Amino acid sequence: MKLIIAMIQPHKLPDVKKALYDNEVYKMTVTNALGCGQQKGYTETYRGVIHEINLLKKVRLEIAVNEDFVKPTIDAIIKGARTGNIGDGKIFLLDLPECIRIRTGETGGGAIG
Amino acid sequence: MEKSIIYASAVGVDTLWVLLAAFLVFFMQAGFGMVEAGFIRAKNVCNILTKNFLDFCMASLGFFIFGYAIMFGAGNAIFGLKGWFLIGAESGSRVPLYAFWLFQAAFCGASATIVAGGVAERMKFIAYLMYSFIISAFIYPVVGHWVWGGGWLSQLNFTDFAGSTVVHAVGGFSALVGTMMIKPRSGKYNPDGSANAIAGHSIPLASLGVFILWFGWFGFNPGSTLSVGNGEAIARIAINTNLAAASGGISAMSAVWRRFGKPDLSMSMNGALAGLVAITASCAFVEPWAAIAIGITAGFVVVSGVVLMDKLHIDDPVGAVPVHGFNGIWGTLAVGIFGQKALGLSHNGLLYGGGLRQVGVQTLGVISVVLFVTVSMWVVFTLINRFVGLRVSREEELKGLDIGEHGMESYSGFQIFTAQ
Repeated sequence: MKLIIAMIQPHKLPDVKKALYDNEVYKMTVTNALGCGQQKGYTETYRGVIHEINLLKKVRLEIAVNEDFVKPTIDAIIKGARTGNIGDGKIFLLDLPECIRIRTGETGGGAIG
Repeated sequence: MEKSIIYASAVGVDTLWVLLAAFLVFFMQAGFGMVEAGFIRAKNVCNILTKNFLDFCMASLGFFIFGYAIMFGAGNAIFGLKGWFLIGAESGSRVPLYAFWLFQAAFCGASATIVAGGVAERMKFIAYLMYSFIISAFIYPVVGHWVWGGGWLSQLNFTDFAGSTVVHAVGGFSALVGTMMIKPRSGKYNPDGSANAIAGHSIPLASLGVFILWFGWFGFNPGSTLSVGNGEAIARIAINTNLAAASGGISAMSAVWRRFGKPDLSMSMNGALAGLVAITASCAFVEPWAAIAIGITAGFVVVSGVVLMDKLHIDDPVGAVPVHGFNGIWGTLAVGIFGQKALGLSHNGLLYGGGLRQVGVQTLGVISVVLFVTVSMWVVFTLINRFVGLRVSREEELKGLDIGEHGMESYSGFQIFTAQ
């Protein structure tokens, strides 16, 4: 079992969701996040004053998958989120020791699927 | 001597009344702003309020330079040609020209701002600025000339007391053309044809806006008498305006409750606005019971209209077309059904034994205006699209027009989902 965590551009979420659905990945958790990587920031103007926004709005995507879904999920995230510009985001792949479905008490792969 | 003093004070009272009404109608601009802001997503609020703000500025200048001359200047049956920059212009009633102008300019701004809601969340700001100048300097005044400036429809005794056709059908159908040309917002319709709800970000703001509009309408309709007289007419108009709004709200709420299982506030509020739009043409010529009937029908029209628009995949985020367009038509026709000769209409309506005469003229008038507006706005939007483009890029739309068009946020310091 793996936990896939991805940081993506908020406005690419619809595309990522669509790509995930196409690859039959239907379960995910999405959180608003702030962060910065290579992209550094952007500028806003307020009453004539230009100021740098350092932390950018990002969306954090968490998906727990069984081994056979790791590649389709990662492929889908890349397909949906990639524009080729700085700021497209990153994907982290973590081992997941256990997963329990609260309602039934199921554990392991069955609880994920 | 005494007679002239009485006359002067009567004119003074009328002027006070018209100016008060003009100020109330001006305040409706805030109502439109709040309704539109509340019904869209947080990431586009700064954009819509800038549009709402600037279109009144544009309408004021456009109506000063060209609009008034076209609408009220001497000319032919189609448009007026005298009084550019108000030079040599004459007032359309016995109140001074400047009071009359301010009242009419506030109406013109209301008509222009209706469109902002229909094309919300995706129209380029610069395109909107161009549109708002053109509609208030040329399109709205032409229709105004036909109906209120001595043009061909007024010669046929077409009657639109305060502007169901002139203001609301013009704004509503401009919004229809705009929203059809600019296409739905991304994510509004699924590939299988079903519609997604894109919920508005602030129901409190939208409610405030509806109440401000309702309040402003007490200037819009009663003020259109342009005189106080013995008070009878303005009192009748005020009660009719209020009853139509109330019954529109109730009937839209009932319709949506029955149809979808819950009394949806946003739809009930659209119903009240629909009632207000619908009573606008006939408010001086009908009994209070008729105002209730007109309002109830308006509520049903708006609910069916919203559902119909989604079926046709016409994305109108705030319901501008059903509220102002469809009910502008209904309100205009209602004059010919419920209107009474005894109250100042040229012929009795259908229910008072006047036959089809008035309702026929009303139908002809509203169809002509809708056709004119649809065709001319189609030309205007096509040209704007050709030169500067109507729609922002998909990326900008998803990020939000606040950052994309204005580089500032509406709710700085808040975490806002821009992921839709």
